[in-house]
Amino acid sequence: MHIIRTVKFTIPLILFVIIIGFLWHGLKVNPGMIPSPLISQPAPEFKLPQLFYPNETTSNDDFIGHITLFNVWATWCNICIEENDFLLKLTNIENLRIMGLNYKDDVALAKQWLHEHGNPYHVVAVDSSGNTGIDWGVYGTPETFIIDKKGIIRYKHIGPINAAIWEKTLYPIIVQLRNETL
Amino acid sequence: MYQHGIASEDYYTFNSHEKQQRFESLLSQLRCLVCQNQTLADSNAPLAEDLRNQIYLKINAGQSDKNITEYLVSRYGNFILYRPPFDKATLVLWCGPFIIFLFSMIYLFHCIHNKTKIN
Repeated sequence: MHIIRTVKFTIPLILFVIIIGFLWHGLKVNPGMIPSPLISQPAPEFKLPQLFYPNETTSNDDFIGHITLFNVWATWCNICIEENDFLLKLTNIENLRIMGLNYKDDVALAKQWLHEHGNPYHVVAVDSSGNTGIDWGVYGTPETFIIDKKGIIRYKHIGPINAAIWEKTLYPIIVQLRNETL
Repeated sequence: MYQHGIASEDYYTFNSHEKQQRFESLLSQLRCLVCQNQTLADSNAPLAEDLRNQIYLKINAGQSDKNITEYLVSRYGNFILYRPPFDKATLVLWCGPFIIFLFSMIYLFHCIHNKTKIN
């Protein structure tokens, strides 16, 4: 009887601890980091003018055969300046392309911004309306997608990229993708 | 002509009352991902404006509510819906409170029953 009483006493306690565990985990989860449903999906189709060559277009076909960082940025995004500093350091990495999506921005301001801060991009697609951004599930800047050689989205990073994030999360993915054949 | 005024300065006109109601209803069920405690009906964020525009165009193009929510969920995930869908992943979320309540009630009656028996 004593055992039954002890058990009855501890069950609510155990339940309480379990619930507190879930709530504690919930406190750590960042609601700003919305997971993307596009992971493992082919990159959404687009055909947009290039920033520096407005009579030429760039499209999702350009992803094929390359590992690409698809970086969503704008001149009205302050933290993008810091990220740009870091992206410039990545331009020497072999077999990695950095493509920009200039999101809901002004073409003249964007060109000036890149002249001023440096241009890490192999090519920049101009999405003035933001409609391509919607197709990619963009809800803020900066956001960066890793696209593999088959044009499949393999990862999405919300927020600016810095050295720590690159070393810990993004670069290991790139290395893994390099070993994949087309 | 039915007009629908929203928080921001833009307004949308529809040629039927039904379309206007669907528009209002959809917007109030969708989350603004920039200002996450606001619906697409209330938020002034640029993304909310863009999405209102897309939804407006799609309603006028004859797309169903299901088509429109699928379009958004396939791009932004389930988080854009204020009402989480009822599926395997959210089973605990939906049923949990009822199950906990049920067990509490069973335990409560059990205690009362025991107390009554002793008396």
